[in-house]
Amino acid sequence: MADGRSQIRRRVGLKLWLSGGWIAFLVMAALCAPWLAPHDPLAQDLFLGRLPPAWVQGAEPGFYLGTDSLGRDVLSRILYGARLALIVALVAGSLTCLIGATLGLMAGFLRGWVDVVISRAIDIWMAFPPVLFSILLIAVMGPGLTSIILAIVVIDWTRFARVVRAEAMAQGAMDYVASAQVAGRRRISTMFTEILPNVLPTIVVLLTLEMGIAVIVEAILSFVNLSISTDDPTWGGMIAEGRTSIHQAWWVLVFPLVTLFLTVLSFSQLGEGLKDRFDPVLR
Amino acid sequence: MADLFTIEDLRLSLPDMTKKPLLGQAPRIDILKGLSFTLPKGEILGIVGGSGSGKSTLGRAMVRLLEPTGGRILFDGQDITHLDEDGLRPLRRRFQMIFQDPMSSLNPRHRVGQIIAAPLSLHGFADVPARVMDALDHVGLSRGFANRYPHELSGGQRQRVGIARAIALRPEFILADEIVSGLDVSSQAQVLNLLEGLVQELGLTLAFISHDLSVIRRLCSRVLVLYQGEIVENAATAEVFDAPKAAYTRELLDAIPLPDPDQVWT
Repeated sequence: MADGRSQIRRRVGLKLWLSGGWIAFLVMAALCAPWLAPHDPLAQDLFLGRLPPAWVQGAEPGFYLGTDSLGRDVLSRILYGARLALIVALVAGSLTCLIGATLGLMAGFLRGWVDVVISRAIDIWMAFPPVLFSILLIAVMGPGLTSIILAIVVIDWTRFARVVRAEAMAQGAMDYVASAQVAGRRRISTMFTEILPNVLPTIVVLLTLEMGIAVIVEAILSFVNLSISTDDPTWGGMIAEGRTSIHQAWWVLVFPLVTLFLTVLSFSQLGEGLKDRFDPVLR
Repeated sequence: MADLFTIEDLRLSLPDMTKKPLLGQAPRIDILKGLSFTLPKGEILGIVGGSGSGKSTLGRAMVRLLEPTGGRILFDGQDITHLDEDGLRPLRRRFQMIFQDPMSSLNPRHRVGQIIAAPLSLHGFADVPARVMDALDHVGLSRGFANRYPHELSGGQRQRVGIARAIALRPEFILADEIVSGLDVSSQAQVLNLLEGLVQELGLTLAFISHDLSVIRRLCSRVLVLYQGEIVENAATAEVFDAPKAAYTRELLDAIPLPDPDQVWT
């Protein structure tokens, strides 16, 4: 009665390697920023303002990606900016996921009044314009890392709750739930042991997506000067600053932008890649 | 022999949400309209009927996945009609169910070993791994299957896992809800043979729901014919096939494809 079905294995996709590689590289860069960065990211020198990257005519040795209008080294600022971006991605992403997924799972599986309460909360929540909402939140709480993380969690938990609720509802209609009841399993226990493993692949994809979104939100908030203190290097802050001098010094805008783009793309592809690789049903 | 199940005037209705007025109660549809029968220990009862006849609903009420709205269900003398989950839990080990579609009833992200072990650990059995292996042996699956996922199995193998999960608890009663209707004919025969053997070996009482009379005829000692939520026939299998009383039963019998249309069932 043996056949080849269990021998099918998927190779690790290029997607997973590239995205995982970039994230790993970024994590290393953020951790080792004090040793890797060629300059102090805050050190200003007006004589060294708007130096082009190393391979362009007129570059100074040592400033590989050029300097901004205040003479601060772009590479060093990107490296230090990675720290903030990654902290926001990890902390805000995981917290959002934890809160949103738990509420979604409860609403979708337990149904009844729990579902009514949570679903109405989601509907009301989503009627607020998100960017205004976050600006309002930060205006009230004052800028800072905690405020950014809290703003992201408070706004984005609905993204998880909605999707996970729908998925949990679909799974709840499956016979393995009835089967667990016949076996005498409690509802709450069924939710965690039977439903959760089937919703987990969706949660992982959403989580990595949310990490990418968190990086973008942080950049948007820096762009409107509501992130942490303007001195600290953030990618969004650099992009905002680069925008003003795009005709004289394109590198101030382009390098943080490319880093941001690659990071967000990698996060979303990482989720898909992980799902392809580790979901037993897709194997 | 003593009766394992006694069912008296069983009624079940569900609200019809499609006809629910904006305010107020939805009208109720009667699915089971007062069924009474007994199921003696050791018997294999076939429950037949067309789509919507209420046969699956009856089955699910017997294992208390659904709560009846009227009448009584006695299991081994105990009234289980309105017991809540806490009250049912100690009894759950004694009546088990095999589902129609194993793709839906086996958790796709649990391994076969886990699937069979879960009810065992819930009921506090010792030596769970040994019992899992024993159950696999009983249904004719090699022990290596414990590490497989359901989607890696064929249809017949999956249904064997469903059977293994049910018998692992050594229940007294098993409800088999259309368990072979998704299988090809040769797998059907294998699964039915297996079930027949297990019933004898483990001394099970079985309720076998099907819309296929030829399957019922092979397996069951008694047949219950349902039509629109009512029992139209309740008799020994031979009797039903030789001298059907209800017009609906005759219709069902006529619908069985015969190898030679000129022959009659003998």
